[in-house]
Amino acid sequence: MLSPESLRRIDREIAKYPAEHKQSAVMAALIVAQDEKGWLATETMDFVAQYLGMAPVAVYEVASFYNMYNLEPAGQYKLTVCTCLPCGLQGSLDAADHLKARLGVDFGETTADGRFTLKEGECMGACAMAPVVLVNNKKMHDYMSNAKLDALLDELRKR
Amino acid sequence: MSELNLEIDGRAVAVPPGATVMDAAVKLGIYVPHFCYHRKLSIAANCRMCLVEVERAPKPLPACATPATDGMKVRTNSAGAKSAQQGVMEFLLINHPLDCPICDQGGECQLQDLAVGYGKSASRFEEDKRVVPAKDIGPLVAAEEMSRCIQCTRCVRFGQEIAGVMELGMIHRGEHAEIVAFVGRTVDSELSGNMIDLCPVGALTSKPFRFAARTWELARRKSISPHCGLGSNLVVQVKQNRVKRVLPLENEAVNECWLSDKDRYSYEALESGERLTRPMLKDHGQWREVDWPQALERVAAELTKAAGSVGILATPHSTLEELYLAGRLAQALGGSADFRLRQSDFSGDAKRGGIPWLGMPVANLDGLDRVLVVGSFLRKDHPLLAQRLRQAAKRGCRVNVLHSVDDDWLMPIANRKIVPPSELLEALRGVNGTPIGESLRSGRNVAVLLGNFAQQHPQAAQLQAAAQALGYPIGFLGEAANSVGGYLAGLPVGGNAASALGHKALVLLNAEPELDCADPQTAGQALERAQFVVALGAFRPARDGADVLLPIAPFAETAGTFVSTEGRIQSFHPAVRPAGDARPAWKVLRVLGNLAGVAGFDYETLEQVREACLRGKDLAALLSNRIDLAASPAAPAPQGLQRIAEVPIHFADALVRRAPSLQKTRDAQPPRAWMNARLMQQLGVSAGQPVLIRQGSGEARLAAALDDRLPEGCVRVPAAHASTAGLGAMFGTLGVQAVAVGKAA
Repeated sequence: MLSPESLRRIDREIAKYPAEHKQSAVMAALIVAQDEKGWLATETMDFVAQYLGMAPVAVYEVASFYNMYNLEPAGQYKLTVCTCLPCGLQGSLDAADHLKARLGVDFGETTADGRFTLKEGECMGACAMAPVVLVNNKKMHDYMSNAKLDALLDELRKR
Repeated sequence: MSELNLEIDGRAVAVPPGATVMDAAVKLGIYVPHFCYHRKLSIAANCRMCLVEVERAPKPLPACATPATDGMKVRTNSAGAKSAQQGVMEFLLINHPLDCPICDQGGECQLQDLAVGYGKSASRFEEDKRVVPAKDIGPLVAAEEMSRCIQCTRCVRFGQEIAGVMELGMIHRGEHAEIVAFVGRTVDSELSGNMIDLCPVGALTSKPFRFAARTWELARRKSISPHCGLGSNLVVQVKQNRVKRVLPLENEAVNECWLSDKDRYSYEALESGERLTRPMLKDHGQWREVDWPQALERVAAELTKAAGSVGILATPHSTLEELYLAGRLAQALGGSADFRLRQSDFSGDAKRGGIPWLGMPVANLDGLDRVLVVGSFLRKDHPLLAQRLRQAAKRGCRVNVLHSVDDDWLMPIANRKIVPPSELLEALRGVNGTPIGESLRSGRNVAVLLGNFAQQHPQAAQLQAAAQALGYPIGFLGEAANSVGGYLAGLPVGGNAASALGHKALVLLNAEPELDCADPQTAGQALERAQFVVALGAFRPARDGADVLLPIAPFAETAGTFVSTEGRIQSFHPAVRPAGDARPAWKVLRVLGNLAGVAGFDYETLEQVREACLRGKDLAALLSNRIDLAASPAAPAPQGLQRIAEVPIHFADALVRRAPSLQKTRDAQPPRAWMNARLMQQLGVSAGQPVLIRQGSGEARLAAALDDRLPEGCVRVPAAHASTAGLGAMFGTLGVQAVAVGKAA
């Protein structure tokens, strides 16, 4: 199901907790699984559940609770825009509108070329630097004016 | 530690440290409104309905999750508390559809009740309500209207904590939160129906009961479950002489507030199309309906003719009174009667110190700290006893298992030893040198429990003696509602279940021999050989082996008494009138006794029968698991593949076999021939492939299935099912052969 490298990474996470609490590693394990597969299919969550000795539905609870897990296939770059109140006051809704217009997709959709998925996010703890855009759960871009957003899209397209 | 003294609504109360404000309120009899709190479940504090005012606390606090402290002053119905509770209710109702007129829960809904007390007559919410899609989570629990859910998560916690398996979960969050089973799965727990009782709204409802009646139309009659040995207390709910629903009657010492699905849904069989409603006679191979006097005279004449050789086979699901009269009839006519139909070893009969029983009150299972369960399909045979041990295990009890299969009991197992049936006795005798023995030795409150498999084992008496020799208290997990009651009724009489088959005339009481007997083949041959067979049953038998069929009233239609595995004598009244011309079996037996001229058989009421049965008997003194039996050498290992036969949960008695919704569950899937990978390889079969099972003179065609935890040289082939009724004894050897799958040449 998962590569030996992924399993090694998950085992490393499991080792951080007492043996009888290995389900504590579920969030990390899901991230590892998603890094490899791109998204969390039912079978992938099933595998993680079995690997950690948890009920599959308990894994599903976690995977559906947090924004960073993709329960559907996502584009090459997932752009998550925080639209919580402080960010919204700082212009993140305009930033989101700009991205929607540029990409031609709404929240939760993927561009036809499969390159970008746009997602609505929750607080990322960076309200002061709003608007913020998170790329593939890993890299955060702040103070996203329309010009910076365009630059970001161009840069990602070039990669 | 000393108790904590606090004050709730001006009344003083003392509670032990660790108690919550809710516990203290309950102790005072003060009702604090709540949805998610349930005394048997962990505390979630997510409905917020139980907010109360606590002096010096800046905000209202949830009573269920706030620890009581010394000197605390709580107000549950002050203006502040009330307004907090009303605020919560307003939020709860925002997304609730308020579809009470078409909701099954209407009239028995906690949300409805509390909305009257804490809700407003109009909502300030003008936005769209959310809609949660319906789910199909199986044949017993309906999750069709999940928009009604208020996210209390009682069902989720029930799965995790009581049933031992988390089958429902709450996915997403906030406004999008919803209760689901994992993608496409169903809820398959044998305790799943309890989620319906726990659901405080109409989100989870009973599928078989849906739209059948309103709660206020139902008459409530107390009853006792006729299935497993626990004797669960029931409320049978009746409308127009039809049983519409069965709910648990709370009894902390027996079933607590739970029921197994088998107890809850078997009532559906009462309306089965297979009900026998008129006496029937077979004349020249043709069945015809007759009236009672005609049928009874024929039976009495035949039994009198066969006097000296009358065998009565009753299931242990029969009532105490029925079994008592059956025993007396056998005594008077000359012959034998027994209720232990699935038992095969009767060598302990004369050596036993008394009636085998649980060895302790059911509630004491909670307090065990070490237990060895020998030969038991615990979870499926005794769902609620398993639940008790699961709770004990949670508190640190170490559960050890000696068995021939390694099923998941959904509880931590300290040590397990899985051996072929033929080695069970040796393994039990040798337990002391093993990790199981170490585990038992380290305990203070230890018990060795013998399950159905151990009781049905061909060396059952030796197993009992070996268990006794370990030096710990031993107990029997009673197979059926009257496994103890049968002995108390005076059975066995004049022999045992095996020898009774040898008689000229056979009386079957509730019994379907091809499904209920230890060896269907022998039983079938006995029926063919017998000169006369009368079957007293609630259903038309699947197998046409009788000469006369007498329709008798099953559970809920008759009165009677069951003596549970802990020796609890529980009598019950009928909830509805018998279907058609069916009559209570005790009356039928009494009339048969009268017609056959048996002296002292003139009982007018059931109470007189019960009185006669129990007169001068002190049950407590009669219960004993002692056995005085010299250890015999172990039986030589049998040649060939050993059969491991269980009685599947929803095929154990005539009622559940005909309960349509139970028959749709995963537990009621047709039996398969389970074997380990090595055996599959030897036989050249793969999982899913049909195999031909041969045992004695019969055969069965089943699909092969893989269970790598089975011991070597064994095939698990369930009994009590039509597809395996042609096979022989539950214990024995059988042949397995791959069936060539039709291939294009």
